[in-house]
Amino acid sequence: MKRYDMLELAVRNLRQSKLRNGLTTVGISVGVASLVAMLSLGVGLQQLATRRLAGSGMFDTVFVASKVDARGWDRDEDRKDQNPEKAPALDEAARGQMQRLPYVTEVEPEIRVMGEILYGGKTHFGFVTGLPMSARENEAFESLQGKFFSGSAAPEVILLNDFAKELEPQNPKSLIGKQVTLRYGEHQPLTADAEHSGRPELPGGQADNSSAGDDYGFSVVRKTQALKVVGIVDEEPYGGMRTVSRGRIFLPVDLTEKLNMAQFSDMRSPLRGQGKTFMTLTVRVKDPAKVAQVQDAIKQMGFRTFSVLDATKSLRRFFTVLDLFLGIFGSLALAVATLAIVNTLVMAVLERRREIGVMKAIGASDTDVKALFFTEAGAMGFFGGVLGIALGFAIGKAINLGTGIYLHNHQLPAEPVWILPTWLIGAAIVFSILVSLLAGLYPASRAARLDPVQTLKYE
Amino acid sequence: MGESVIRAVDGISLSIARGEFVALLGQSGSGKSTLLNLLAGLDRPTSGAVLVEGRDLGKLNSQELAHYRRTDVGMVFQAFHLIPSMTVVDNVELPLRFAEVERAERERRVRESLERVGLGQRLQHRPSELSGGEQQRVSIARALVNRPALLLADEPTGNLDSRTGEDILNLIREVSVSLGMTVVMVTHERALADRFAHRLIFLADGKLISSTPAAAIAQPGGAAAANPNGTQEALA
Repeated sequence: MKRYDMLELAVRNLRQSKLRNGLTTVGISVGVASLVAMLSLGVGLQQLATRRLAGSGMFDTVFVASKVDARGWDRDEDRKDQNPEKAPALDEAARGQMQRLPYVTEVEPEIRVMGEILYGGKTHFGFVTGLPMSARENEAFESLQGKFFSGSAAPEVILLNDFAKELEPQNPKSLIGKQVTLRYGEHQPLTADAEHSGRPELPGGQADNSSAGDDYGFSVVRKTQALKVVGIVDEEPYGGMRTVSRGRIFLPVDLTEKLNMAQFSDMRSPLRGQGKTFMTLTVRVKDPAKVAQVQDAIKQMGFRTFSVLDATKSLRRFFTVLDLFLGIFGSLALAVATLAIVNTLVMAVLERRREIGVMKAIGASDTDVKALFFTEAGAMGFFGGVLGIALGFAIGKAINLGTGIYLHNHQLPAEPVWILPTWLIGAAIVFSILVSLLAGLYPASRAARLDPVQTLKYE
Repeated sequence: MGESVIRAVDGISLSIARGEFVALLGQSGSGKSTLLNLLAGLDRPTSGAVLVEGRDLGKLNSQELAHYRRTDVGMVFQAFHLIPSMTVVDNVELPLRFAEVERAERERRVRESLERVGLGQRLQHRPSELSGGEQQRVSIARALVNRPALLLADEPTGNLDSRTGEDILNLIREVSVSLGMTVVMVTHERALADRFAHRLIFLADGKLISSTPAAAIAQPGGAAAANPNGTQEALA
């Protein structure tokens, strides 16, 4: 029989006993719904955990230091390097090179200097740090009052809530939109003309290879900069784990570079006669899974690197196991539904014995009969699958609503813990059909084996 | 526990010519329905051969037998055996679905077949909404729709009153003549068999007792003799 005819006949047969076939289909849909709900919960939890980890800003970052500076980070490696003085400098050129590596989105120095904010006729001391624009995604800024920086060099400042309270104890929030003045020390290089003592004599002839003023030293000049307070943040960014976290006054990183603030680490440059170098650079990688690759590339360039172990890898392993268990629990309901299909179809074979005999007598082959019952099973699987997706979707929405209310009651922002990916919709329907076909295997072959002579005997 | 073999049909040897109308007569359990099922390819002989147009049905596999039933045989039953959930049209169309006939052609042939049995109306009714005679007409239309060469009828009048039974046999004779079909009919009504069949075959305990020309039918030369190379069924 042609496939279309078979399908038409199967659907017609299913409609004959609406209640029984309907109940069986609902049984399948409950099975599919529980499977979909469980797996989507697994997917949602995994995405939530990954999002949280990414939000911490620790797992997509490689910290880079020159081998000259960071001796002692890794003692084993130190022993291998006989001559750290000859290691490449962590300068603008190296920064550009890192910027061009694949998967790298940002290479920023970690700038942290002492400064003072002048406000209401008083001075308030605090550490000033430069934040990259990507810090916006850090979870600390989820509860940001006001706005994030409008640009990476905008004359704007975000204050830590504790510091804002120092400035405005009654109503720290009122600071947003107001102007404050930052007083800081500017790093001003000395040139050969300005310095009489001449070039320092360094071993290895390094004295000749630099034209930067840092060869001669620098002076620190007091400067001020007007800044507009755009936001107030409750927590330190990056969970307080990074150099830039430990500040109370946050500026856009390009602005801090432009202001050329004098840092402690600047002391090294005149000592060594190098040009402007960075103490450390923070390299941000697009995907935590690519951190190792970027880290290797930077190591190849001759720098010392450090990254928090790719936690997403072990996380993925954990969630694979979790998904497996959720899948098994979800499948239990589907297994019960499978028995319902077997039962329904076996009953149908018994009830339709005569009909099967007639069909054979008028020319249906065993294959036709088998295919008909198979198609009926598959059709129930399909309808059950579609209904199950809808039901599963409703369950998921309820889970999200429930957790949202729970989180809200605990003063936490609502987050979806249940996510239904598109692939799961298709997979669930296909799986439902496959399981139903499997369930139809026995009844269909039983129907095909029926002896028409026996079934047609006049009763 | 041993199995005892019952020979429902034992040592029967007969041939039926193309276009012949044969009535199988005998008491219950005489083996006439079994013989009919053997001719229909629904049952297989344990020994001997059933030859139809030179084909030995016993040697066909189940697919080939299904094809044989689909294309060469039409069956009519005492209990009509229409599918109760289907309308008249759907019941008649069913063999064409198994034969994978195109939809447009199916519609044409269903209409033609129903008109031939005198059912132009009540086509969307279900069997339970029809009288016994009407149901048997539908069943004949279903048997004819694939244009078979052989019509097998198992007590086609058994569930009908005598008047309707007569009408049905008239119809069967009419279509067999107009379509040149061979008819093998199982019945226990001697009078009807005498009136409609060319030949009466009597069975008892699975054995052939006699094969005689029907009383009321004038058969110059006899159908079997007239067409010795025609449709042939033989049992041993």
